[in-house]
Amino acid sequence: MTAGPHPMPGTGEAAGLSPALRRRSVLYERLFAWACLAAVVLPLLLLAVLVASVFIAGLERLEWSFLTGFPSRKWEKAGILPALVGSGGLVVLTACMALPVGVAAAVYLEEYSRPGRVSRLIELNIANLAGVPSVIYGLLGLEVFVRVVGMGRSILAGACTLALLVLPIVIMASREALRTVPDTLREAATGLGATRWQTVRGVVLPMALPGVLTGSILAVSRAMGETAPLIVVGALTYVTFLPDGLDSPFTALPIQIFTWVSRPQRGFLIDAAAGITVLLGLLLVINLTAILLRDRLQRRNS
Amino acid sequence: MSTEVAFSVRGLDAGFGDNEVLHGIDLDIFERGVTAVIGPSGCGKSTFIRCLNRMHEQIPIAWSRGDVRLDGADVHGPDVDPVLLRRRVGMVFQKPNPFPTMSIRGNVLAGLTLTGRLDRSRADETVERSLMQAALWDEVKDRLDEPGGSLSGGQQQRLCIARSLAVEPDVLLMDEPCSALDPIATARIEDLMYALRESYTLVIVTHSMQQAARVSDRTAFFLMGDLVEVDETSSIFTAPSDQRTEDYVTGKFG
Repeated sequence: MTAGPHPMPGTGEAAGLSPALRRRSVLYERLFAWACLAAVVLPLLLLAVLVASVFIAGLERLEWSFLTGFPSRKWEKAGILPALVGSGGLVVLTACMALPVGVAAAVYLEEYSRPGRVSRLIELNIANLAGVPSVIYGLLGLEVFVRVVGMGRSILAGACTLALLVLPIVIMASREALRTVPDTLREAATGLGATRWQTVRGVVLPMALPGVLTGSILAVSRAMGETAPLIVVGALTYVTFLPDGLDSPFTALPIQIFTWVSRPQRGFLIDAAAGITVLLGLLLVINLTAILLRDRLQRRNS
Repeated sequence: MSTEVAFSVRGLDAGFGDNEVLHGIDLDIFERGVTAVIGPSGCGKSTFIRCLNRMHEQIPIAWSRGDVRLDGADVHGPDVDPVLLRRRVGMVFQKPNPFPTMSIRGNVLAGLTLTGRLDRSRADETVERSLMQAALWDEVKDRLDEPGGSLSGGQQQRLCIARSLAVEPDVLLMDEPCSALDPIATARIEDLMYALRESYTLVIVTHSMQQAARVSDRTAFFLMGDLVEVDETSSIFTAPSDQRTEDYVTGKFG
C-alpha cells in the first residue's frame, strides 16, 4: 500500500489497483453501459420503423369509409366494419367470461386453499397452460364448443375459445395482485370479526383491483390479436354482414388482415396495412387505458 | 381493576407444527384493567394473546389445546363462532394497519360495514364516539373523508384503536401497539390505555418494561413458553417472587 495517511475508499488506490487496471475497469464499465443502452434502443427503433412503414403503406386507405365499409372484391372499396364489430364483440364476450372465472379462481387459490403440494401443482399447471400454443386452444374449441356443445362456427364459440386461452393469464395476474396485499390488512379485518369472504370482498379485492384490472386488460388485448384459434374455430374470411347475435358467424381484425395479405392483388396489401394500423391503434388505446386506470387506483390506495 | 375474571386460561399449550411455543399456561385476566404480558422475544407473548381471540388458528400450521374461557364460556366450544368471538375481543396490531382504500371515517366504521351491520342513522354518532374514545377526534374531525393512510403513524394507530372500539368489544388485545411509534406518540397511546381501562379489559403485549410498569395493573412474565409469574405490577417490579423475573426486570438478560 501507499504511504498516504488516508487512502480514499473506493478508489483504485485503496483497492490496490494499478492505474492501468483502473483505466481498464472504467473502460469495461462504459462498454457495458453502452451495450445495455443499445439493447434498449435497437428493438425500439426496429419497432418504430415497422409501425411507421405499415402506417405509411396503409395511409392511402386510412379514411372513415375504410372503418365503416364492408369487404369488397375491389380493394379501393373494401372496409373493415364487420371485422371491427366482430373483434369488439369477441373481446367483450371473452372478458365477460374470463374475468369473473379468472378472478374467482385466483381468490380461491390465494385466499382459501391451503399451501401445499396440490396448490403448487395447480400453480405449475396454470403456468404451463399459459404457454400452450394458441392453435391448440383453437383445436380444443373446435371440438368442445363448435361440435360437442353444438355452438357451431359462431362468435360465442370463438369467444369461449379465447376465454380459455386468456384464463391462465388472468389467473396469474390476479394472483400476483392479491399477493401484494399485505397480510396485516387481512389480520385487521379478521380481528374486527369479518369472515374470510367479507375480508376478501371489503379489503383484499379493493386493494388488489389495480393489479387485477391491468393484468386482465392486457390479457384481453392479447385475445384481440389472436388469429390462429379463430381460424381453427371457423371464423369467416369474407363477411358482408354484421354479427347479429351470439350464434352469428363472424370475422375478426387479424383474420381480415390475414385474408388481405394472402390476396394476389397488390392493392389489398394497402388494405392490410391500413387494417394493421387500426388494430395496433386499438391495442395501444386498450393498453393505455389499463395503465391510466392502474395509476389512478394506485394513487387512491397509497 | 375489577375482581371479576374475564379470561380464565388453564393448561394452554400452543404451537406451530412440531414446535410447541406455549407450555401449559394457567392465567386469569381480570375485567376492566390493564394486564401486561412481558418477556423476551420469542417467549410466546404474541401467540398467547392470539389464542384469546382465536387469531392463532388462522395460521395454517398453528395448533392449540387447553381451556380458555371468556366469562365462563369455553372459547373453543362447539357453539362458539370464532368470527363472533373476535367481535367481542378486538385486536390492535404491532404496526398501524388502517385500510388504505378507506377514508378515516370508513376505517372507523370498517368493522361494521365489512360485516354488514352498519346502522346508517347511527354512523355519525359511532364515528364520533369511537374517535373520541381513541383521543383522535379533535385532530381529524375536519377531514374525516381523507384517506386513513394520510395520518401520521401515531394517529394511524389511534385510528386502528378507534376502529376496534367501534365494534363495541368487551376486551381489547394489543400486540406491541407502540413498537413502531416514536416516544411522543407512544405516550399518547399509553394515556389512552389508561383511560380505556375504566370500561374495557385490556391485554397488552409489550417489549418495554417501563411501559408495563406505567400502564398496567397486573403483569405476567413469560419466558421460553412458560408463564413464570403473574402478579400486581408493583409486586412484579419491586418484589418479584421468582429469581428469573427479578433478573429480567432488573435488566440482567433479555
